[in-house]
Amino acid sequence: MPRLLTGNRLETGDVLWWAGSDWSLHLKDAVAVDDEGEALIARLAPQERINDLVLIDVDATENGWRPRSTRERVRAVGPSVRPDFALPSLPVEAI
Amino acid sequence: MAEVYRLRADPEHTAPAVPLAEYQPGGTAVRLEAGDDARLLIPHLGALRRIDIAFPKFREGRGYSSARILREAGFMGEIRAFGVLYVDQLMFLVRAGFDAVLPETPIDPVVAEQTLKRFPFVYMKATDKAQPIWALRNRAGA
Amino acid sequence: MYRYDEYDQAIVDARVAEFRDQVERRLKNEISEEAFKPLRLMNGLYLQLHAYMLRVAIPYGTVDSRQMRMLAHIARRYDRGYGHFTTRQNIQYNWMKLEEMPDLLADLASVEMHAFQTSGNCIRNISSDQFAAAAADEIADPRPYAELLRQWSTLHPEFSFLPRKFKIAVTGSTIDRAAIKLHDIGLELVQNDAGEIGLKVLVGGGMGRTPMLAHVIREFLPVADYLSYMEAILRVYNRHGRRDNIYKARIKILVNDLGAAEFARQVEEEWALVKPLGLDPPPSELARIAAHFAPPVLDANAPVSIDLSNPDFANWVTVNTHPHKAPGYAIVTISLKAPGEIPGDASADQMDIIADLAQRYAGDEIRVTHAQNLVLPHVRRADLFDVWQVLVSAGLATANLDRASDIISCPGLDYCTLANARSIPIAQKLAVKLAPQEADLGELKIKVSGCINGCGHHHAGHIGILGVDRKGEENYQLLLGGSGAEDATLAKILGPGFDENGIVTAVEKVITRYKTLRADPAERFLDTYRRVGAEPFKEAVYG
Repeated sequence: MPRLLTGNRLETGDVLWWAGSDWSLHLKDAVAVDDEGEALIARLAPQERINDLVLIDVDATENGWRPRSTRERVRAVGPSVRPDFALPSLPVEAI
Repeated sequence: MAEVYRLRADPEHTAPAVPLAEYQPGGTAVRLEAGDDARLLIPHLGALRRIDIAFPKFREGRGYSSARILREAGFMGEIRAFGVLYVDQLMFLVRAGFDAVLPETPIDPVVAEQTLKRFPFVYMKATDKAQPIWALRNRAGA
Repeated sequence: MYRYDEYDQAIVDARVAEFRDQVERRLKNEISEEAFKPLRLMNGLYLQLHAYMLRVAIPYGTVDSRQMRMLAHIARRYDRGYGHFTTRQNIQYNWMKLEEMPDLLADLASVEMHAFQTSGNCIRNISSDQFAAAAADEIADPRPYAELLRQWSTLHPEFSFLPRKFKIAVTGSTIDRAAIKLHDIGLELVQNDAGEIGLKVLVGGGMGRTPMLAHVIREFLPVADYLSYMEAILRVYNRHGRRDNIYKARIKILVNDLGAAEFARQVEEEWALVKPLGLDPPPSELARIAAHFAPPVLDANAPVSIDLSNPDFANWVTVNTHPHKAPGYAIVTISLKAPGEIPGDASADQMDIIADLAQRYAGDEIRVTHAQNLVLPHVRRADLFDVWQVLVSAGLATANLDRASDIISCPGLDYCTLANARSIPIAQKLAVKLAPQEADLGELKIKVSGCINGCGHHHAGHIGILGVDRKGEENYQLLLGGSGAEDATLAKILGPGFDENGIVTAVEKVITRYKTLRADPAERFLDTYRRVGAEPFKEAVYG
């Protein structure tokens, strides 16, 4: 099962997704990290610029990544009760 | 291990601090773990020159009570906090009665000095000489 | 209300400068995240699911119009145009950026506000009765006692690293609108035979994983001993509270383990040692503070009767106003629970409108209730219609105080990193479903929490709902029979949990059964439950 690396930007708290060489604000830009995940965290964590670095499980669907947990889907989209704030990678209904 | 950050002017009393369980009357330096009862030392405050109090992890707060109890009992020697301690805790430590800190990571003395000068007033009476704000407000005629 | 003098302002300004310095050092990696996190928590700044969340302190739930306008400004300037009023009378902003926090805190300091100690293992906001100084059932205004405690607890050197958070509530009435029995320390103003005011002291209440009701440890504490006695309680807790397990670290566990009598004995023993140390301010300090809380000048000739020919207005007066001790006045509750809206949220525009109303009609005071609503404490009855019309146009005139759609909900998994399930959508669905019949149902307090930490106070709900994670899916437990008032009880779980649709159906079944069982239409659900027990409801829900 694919895994993605995610965290929150120190300065702003923004949810970030590892997109291969840099971070993106959008789930759809994320790349599966699989085996290199732990090594990536080991490299990035000491820099202390991204908080709460964690690998999450996702499914690959025809519409892109779908995080397995409700919590991560909420992080990817925004609060389900504020669809006006929804980020574009997943529909609010997908939460 | 970093250096002792010390706020006393007198020469450091360098005798090793024995654990509380091994303390003998007349001993001049003792170490309290976070959960030790500081009041057990009250009969020995005359002999003691230095009391070290442990802060094994950041959230540990019992040492503040221990130091304050010792000052309330009249101890005038050095009370040293050691362990996981950061410069931003200094004001709490000093007001609770500590006058030396031996942290695991070094304290920048410039930042330390700024930290200690940050608050011009305090709300509550503690072990230091700072008058609480209510005393300043309620001075005769104020 | 309290006004800062130069000392109070100096403290708040120093704190702003200190945090600005700490943020700068963090952004330059001169402080580690491990060292910084507790510092930002002590300034009320959490990292939540989507962004940082800032909890601004509203001491004992009281603000004036100037402060409310600043809260609106903050929502616009630093957030996404709204704020959330909490179950501890504070306000939370959900879309904060760390790098902007120093400027935000400086803005707050300019109107005598701050975010001190709204998080972390320290003494939190002192909460109180939202009807203070207005309700007739009060012995005295509790808020000066809360303010005295607020100052004493701010940056207290011995009690800033407690085993866990510490929450205190103060009430001046035997009608407990502050839920004092569910706090770490609950204080009730009482009067002795000589007519002197003192404090009844309760310790060890709380909800969360192990809910408990507080025990009385002192029936009458003289005001002269107030702060030294609090020091004694906190010291016993700081020294002996458990630090090995965060779910067993609140003072309620210590009180329960020792027994209330032994706990009280240890407090008295400690107090005998600290009382001589001069920790108590002179009576002039409480008097100085109390002078700030002198009630507004009220018109003794204000007319009592009003025109109730507009049925919507009349209904709102019946449901959302409470008698004031001055006959020509009323206490207005502004509902932040319009069915389908997010409980406790207010937009910046709404905050400005409420500020204007307070300034014009309410003695320039607004209260936040722990049920996530707002109060205008001193409104002339003759002005109620004008106030109501403004509220209607702002979407703030829902007449549902203490009724089925007046649901308390924590932010839940839509916002909070601690949550296991979403709570707001459950509250919204229930409010919409129940609003049409809520007049018939009478007083019914529904409370929803998204995790065991219980910020939605589900244990104090007549109907409580707890969101859990069940094998990766959101699941909801149903509890019945709780109360946070003077008749405090803890709600009990009824049976196995439900999914999102199931919990709504289950609540509907409970309510349908209540209507068949109630002795008369005036018997509250809570009283019916206490009379008949859980069995009939269990049978209705589970068959």
